[in-house]
Amino acid sequence: MPEQVAEQFEDLEKQAHAARLGMWVFLGSEVLFFSGLFALYTGYRTEHPYGFGVGVEHNTIAWGSVNTGVLLVSSYTVAMAVHMLRRGRNTASALLLGATIFLGLVFLGIKTGEYLKHFSDGIYPGGWGHFFEEHGDPGTKMFFTLYYCMTGLHAIHVFAGMCVLSLLLWKVLRRDIGAWAPHPLAIGAVYWHLVDMIWIFLWPLFYLIPGASQS
Amino acid sequence: MTTIDVGVVPVPHREAPSRETYLNVAYTVKSWALTTDHKRIGILYLVTTTFALLLGGVFALVLRTEHLTPDQTIIDAYTYNRMFTMHGIVMVWLFMIPSIPTAFGNFLLPMMIGAKDVAFPRLNLASYYIYVAGVVWVIVALWMGGADTGWTFYAPYSAHSPSAVVPTVFGIFILGWSTIITGVNFIVTTHTMRAKGVTWFRMPLFVWAMYGVSIIQTLATPVLAISLLIVGIDHWFDWGLFDPHRGGDPVLYQHLFWFYSHPAVYIMILPAMGVISEVVPTFSHKNPASYKAIAYSTLGIAFVGFGTWGHHMFVAGISLFDAAAFGVLSMLVAIFSAIKVFTWVLTMRRGSVAVATPMIYFFAFLFLFVFGGMTGVAVATQSLDVHWHDTYFVVAHFHFIMVGGTLTAWLAALHYWFPKITGRMYPERWGIVAGTIVFAGFFMTFFPQFLLGNGGMARRYYYYDPVYQPLHVVSTVGAWLLGAAMLLTLCYLLVACFTGPPAGANPWDSRSYEWYTPSPPPKHNFPAEPVFELDPYDYTVPFPGELKAGGEQAPQEAPHA
Ligand SMILES: [Cu+2]
Repeated sequence: MPEQVAEQFEDLEKQAHAARLGMWVFLGSEVLFFSGLFALYTGYRTEHPYGFGVGVEHNTIAWGSVNTGVLLVSSYTVAMAVHMLRRGRNTASALLLGATIFLGLVFLGIKTGEYLKHFSDGIYPGGWGHFFEEHGDPGTKMFFTLYYCMTGLHAIHVFAGMCVLSLLLWKVLRRDIGAWAPHPLAIGAVYWHLVDMIWIFLWPLFYLIPGASQS
Repeated sequence: MTTIDVGVVPVPHREAPSRETYLNVAYTVKSWALTTDHKRIGILYLVTTTFALLLGGVFALVLRTEHLTPDQTIIDAYTYNRMFTMHGIVMVWLFMIPSIPTAFGNFLLPMMIGAKDVAFPRLNLASYYIYVAGVVWVIVALWMGGADTGWTFYAPYSAHSPSAVVPTVFGIFILGWSTIITGVNFIVTTHTMRAKGVTWFRMPLFVWAMYGVSIIQTLATPVLAISLLIVGIDHWFDWGLFDPHRGGDPVLYQHLFWFYSHPAVYIMILPAMGVISEVVPTFSHKNPASYKAIAYSTLGIAFVGFGTWGHHMFVAGISLFDAAAFGVLSMLVAIFSAIKVFTWVLTMRRGSVAVATPMIYFFAFLFLFVFGGMTGVAVATQSLDVHWHDTYFVVAHFHFIMVGGTLTAWLAALHYWFPKITGRMYPERWGIVAGTIVFAGFFMTFFPQFLLGNGGMARRYYYYDPVYQPLHVVSTVGAWLLGAAMLLTLCYLLVACFTGPPAGANPWDSRSYEWYTPSPPPKHNFPAEPVFELDPYDYTVPFPGELKAGGEQAPQEAPHA
């Protein structure tokens, strides 16, 4: 069904404004949802600077960085998809959206590979696994528990974002939305950008910032 | 219909028999279950939250009855632990948090700003079903035996308790998303749906309260969601994020939990303040002493409320400096609250005050809120808190301010907007009698608990020293009285739903915008596009009259002064 004005609104412009505002407020909520875990990370890293460093060094910077690149490019493609839709070029928009969803898939694939590598190294959440027989610092255990929780929650959001974008792709292809009503895609893209943004913070926390030396 | 009258008399009004209202537009189950009408969703919420209140109330009565004697009276210790936990969970998350915003907020917010509906009606319905799903989960948890951790789920016990912790926290996790969605919906509605003439500073004060509470709902609830998710994970998989056995820090849990749960107190009390801010001007027949003071202090409470959570951890090992800072910030909230209290009281000055049931509840609210608030300032003082921490003093304090505040305001709202919602009047005499008993019962239940706590009675204890028994007995009898008065209220309101005399559009001669439309309102709230020329509290001129189809306003019979 083409995008219509709902009965409680006077026109499409007001409706688009409301939808945009709603998404931004919801994003504020999402940020605070993650913030609990960021607070835990900060608290525990302060308590165990050395153990967290061991964890960071064990993670592969290259994979984390490639994934960062993948998400950044996907943010570009989704932004271009909105741009094209505003210009009325639904086909170009659909192609770009398809590329975005594909990049999301690549991200999840790389992430899965990393998880499998960790499992084979004997690293499981909660400090379980033979890896921790050698690296017994409680901070290292906590590091990997948080690693699984935070990247896992983020991966769920990536997946949710891909579902949203797939739905929007379908709408773009059916010409339900177009230059006259681009706002549903613009709002979906904003959600995708948030998912991207959260990763930008996870990347240094789990791959880049080296730990303190053991004293 | 009798009022102990000084100014406002409900004006009997003949209904046009064929008028279509949101109630008679359709009668099928489907028309209720799949409705996107904010008024019907409000009614659905009202019914479900009232059911939750009954459930939590039954728990409360069993708990109080158990404390008639120092040893076992009717239930064993493990049952007692699970029951006080479930009492807290049901009352906080199933009743008090959603009660006023979801029922009255949904019903009134769009009407008060002259909108046809909320910004996202389907999302609104979804939020109701998410709420129901959460309730069902909590009930499943109850059926599995319930949790015994206390409603706070403190780590590390919550990680190892043998009770049904996981389904309980999962139910609350689901409820949280319902709260968040409602908050988003209200914020967007307030920003984008205001009718012509309703500027920010001409919104009825209840709308300000809904706006403030929505901000807290959207920003605090997700932190609770993530904390409880981790509690569930810790319990289920033993990952030890909060468990010192596995390197976790239980105090961090307390930080996260109270980062939500202190603002949650304002999720409960801000809507109550909003109700009071409507009731007082209407029944004083006068504009609020300062509209802006009430509006701004609402936002002040909403923001300062985020900086006070540490006052729950004075004896949990936080530093003296932190404790002092949290203590001072907590007292700031008292300043904003006092601004409101003084404004309400000043509003009555030189007004013509009508004593009707909502006003009885306002007086009850005022007493409980001020008393509870002052004891709050006392427990926010470190040195005193060391003595009172985890005693009945704290229990009495938060029941006075949270429950006393929310419950009396909820009852005030129920009576004040009863004519608008049902189109009928409730029996005033019964209302005043029941309201008085509610207050007496409440006071009798919780005032002895201040004394018990100050005397050293610790909270959540099953056995107690016989020296405390007399005060426990008084408290229990008070609880029975309160329960009886609540049942009485339920009965006469249910009867009045069907047999009360017709109320007319504006029985209280209010100026607030929801009274411009007929009662009960039509499906799209107003018979014609409303344009509000008057302030919602302008009592200097007569009520311009009910809005009719076509847009003209018919002055109602002047209420005799
Ligand atoms: Cu608090």
